[in-house]
Amino acid sequence: MIEFQGVGYGYGGRRLFSGLSMSLAPGSFHFLTGPSGAGKTTLLKLCYAELRAPEGRVTLWGQDARAMDRDAVAMARRRIGVVHQETQFLDHLPVAENILLPLTVAGRLAEGHGNLRELLAWVGLASQAGQLPPELSGGERQRAALARAVITSPEVILADEPTGNLDWEMSQRLLTLLVELNRMGKAVLIATHDLNLIRAAKQQVGARILRLRDGRLQAAGADL
Amino acid sequence: MRPLPAPLAAALAALAGVPALLARQAPRVLGFLRGDPLADRAVPPSGFTASLTLFTAGAMGFLAVFALALSLATDRLAARWGEELAQTATLRLPALDGDQATQTGTALRILQQTPGVAEARALTPDENRALLEPWLGPDIPVESLPVPQLVAVTLTDDGTFDAAGLTARLEAELPGAVLDDHTRWREPLVQAAGRLRTMGMVAMLLIAGSTATMITLAAQAALAANAQVIRVLRLIGARDIYIARAFVRRFTLRAAWGAAAGTLAGLLAVMLLPTSETAGGFLTGLGFQGWGWLLPLLIPPFAALTAYVSTRSAALRTLRAQP
Repeated sequence: MIEFQGVGYGYGGRRLFSGLSMSLAPGSFHFLTGPSGAGKTTLLKLCYAELRAPEGRVTLWGQDARAMDRDAVAMARRRIGVVHQETQFLDHLPVAENILLPLTVAGRLAEGHGNLRELLAWVGLASQAGQLPPELSGGERQRAALARAVITSPEVILADEPTGNLDWEMSQRLLTLLVELNRMGKAVLIATHDLNLIRAAKQQVGARILRLRDGRLQAAGADL
Repeated sequence: MRPLPAPLAAALAALAGVPALLARQAPRVLGFLRGDPLADRAVPPSGFTASLTLFTAGAMGFLAVFALALSLATDRLAARWGEELAQTATLRLPALDGDQATQTGTALRILQQTPGVAEARALTPDENRALLEPWLGPDIPVESLPVPQLVAVTLTDDGTFDAAGLTARLEAELPGAVLDDHTRWREPLVQAAGRLRTMGMVAMLLIAGSTATMITLAAQAALAANAQVIRVLRLIGARDIYIARAFVRRFTLRAAWGAAAGTLAGLLAVMLLPTSETAGGFLTGLGFQGWGWLLPLLIPPFAALTAYVSTRSAALRTLRAQP
């Protein structure tokens, strides 16, 4: 679905990584770890074409991301659910409408109403559906972001430090949600440096762990 | 009814195509006007830009009514001056050259034989007195003064009148007679009226340009104020046109309503101007006549079209700058 071949990226003359290759296949579960500033968020942005790789090739469902026009990028993003580190909502709309937004923009809103109640219960926000995003706590916002990311039943879920604002119990709960989605066949890529989360996940799912360090992507294993 | 001036006719011809275009695009236009309430909700109301657009469109609509009225009034004026002077000529017979009555008879005979002359009539002493009254006062003894005899000539409108040929014949048969076909009066007047009409058209173009500029600026301000909204919508897979449509529809409708209010106010103001019968003069003729009253109705749709084009262009340009 998403493939990187020899991808390199840098900002302002500083090279973040180069020669990076990886593939997100259906049903795969990846953790992406590494020190702060290693380029984890950049790598995720390359996955949903917010950034374009100047070196190498990123393909989204067989299309070269660099050659995709803006409509094609929009269509690809409808197949990807993203949970951002800093959750971004439309603050003037209630939580329920924010969660339904990906279906609204795709013209598939009718599909969502049946699932919404179930999804809100699943992420534990049934009683907060009518609240505005600024009225939610950090954890509630993370869960609302997850609900919005999965409402369209996307093929790929990308999460950037999804437990950054959560306590351990809430992190566990969010992990369980992602593992459940993975069992439904979704590819999951979580960028995190929460090693406890990774260890907990390994007990539940056959996750592959990638470490971004010194500009290279390495497979990590027993040392975690 | 006089034909429309060429630029106005061209503008009207272009606008006349709009209904046919609207008919073809009716489903899309109706869909656009109806809007998508969900998409509209995604973009929050954009504060001061709404008032700015309404006010700008209103003010420009008001001014456009006056520019249009000026353009039409000068057109009427140019046509009137042109027609009145173009279809008449004056023959002046010198006062001290022999028997004026015989000369007048000869002149009238020549004129009656001249192709393109519909009527020739010697002015009576009373008419001469009336012409001289503003300079010499009332009760002038015109008969005792060496006043030239004037012959008013009315021309046919078939273009067969040959002023040079008539002048040559008069020189041969009535030396000293002077034919004035009013060309030297008519041309500067028609030229002046034409320039005023051009100014009216330029004023309308400037108004359209200013409206487009102001609405573009307002749209850009609204887009900048909603940068976070746009970013979120793009990230969840919204196409540019989906996001742009919400802005474009809002600004188009605001411009249409603002311009409609401004046009209505402008029409009321024009209706309240004193009429030429009560005050006389050129400026009091500033207004609409007959079909002219329908022309201002084109201002709101034109403002909406201007807003649609400028906002769509600004929105898509801004969106393309986003990742």
